[in-house]
Amino acid sequence: MQVKINGRVEQLAPCTIETLVRQRGLKPEALVVEHNLKIIQQALWSGIALREGDTLELLSFVGGG
Amino acid sequence: MKIGIAGTGGIGSNVAVHLVRSGVRWLKLVDFDCLEPSNLNRQFYFHDQLGRYKAELLAENLARIAPDAQLEPAVLRLNAANIATVFKDCDAVVEGFDGRAEKKMLLEALASSGQMIVSASGVAGIGLDHIQTRRMGSCTIIGDFTTDVSTEPVYAPKVAIVAALMAHEILEKGGFYERNPK
Repeated sequence: MQVKINGRVEQLAPCTIETLVRQRGLKPEALVVEHNLKIIQQALWSGIALREGDTLELLSFVGGG
Repeated sequence: MKIGIAGTGGIGSNVAVHLVRSGVRWLKLVDFDCLEPSNLNRQFYFHDQLGRYKAELLAENLARIAPDAQLEPAVLRLNAANIATVFKDCDAVVEGFDGRAEKKMLLEALASSGQMIVSASGVAGIGLDHIQTRRMGSCTIIGDFTTDVSTEPVYAPKVAIVAALMAHEILEKGGFYERNPK
């Protein structure tokens, strides 16, 4: 299936948000995920299966403020 | 329009100054920390205020710009359990935390609240060329998105630029420029 991740269309095998984050080696503690224009709390990542045409934004925060 | 400031350090204190100078008169200022000497290179505080709570100091300093402003300082540590309640009556919230995990916590906790959220990521170092704006849900995030405070020091100019862009976002979307045309 095709999913747009950070503006780029990518080919993915079926997976949940949590699986994708793990596969990509992203550190969940600083990562914010927007799925189809909605920010998804980390506790819900494992329950959301990605579908054809979905849009994801992945943002890893860096510290400082 | 009431604006909440979550963390009144480099980002939070400087955003607040821009907001008050531009006509914002209702702010909630939340921080648990006291002013330290190392804060004075970029935060809106003064040497004779060292050791005191920053939330209260910021209210004092902003009142010197706008004595008519309604300023609500709160000395407390924000977390996932209390943050939505603390800022419940705010129309917009400024994320001014230092830590990555706290930044994420704020976005996840407030994303579905309908409030405007303005956040910072990447304010350390001296590089100004890659400061950009990203939007996620109701959140706007500004910074270079790569330079972490654990690897680079933080200086006034970059913090000031990011803070000014964050304040501008609120002023523009909140309609403050039209209301204060001078």
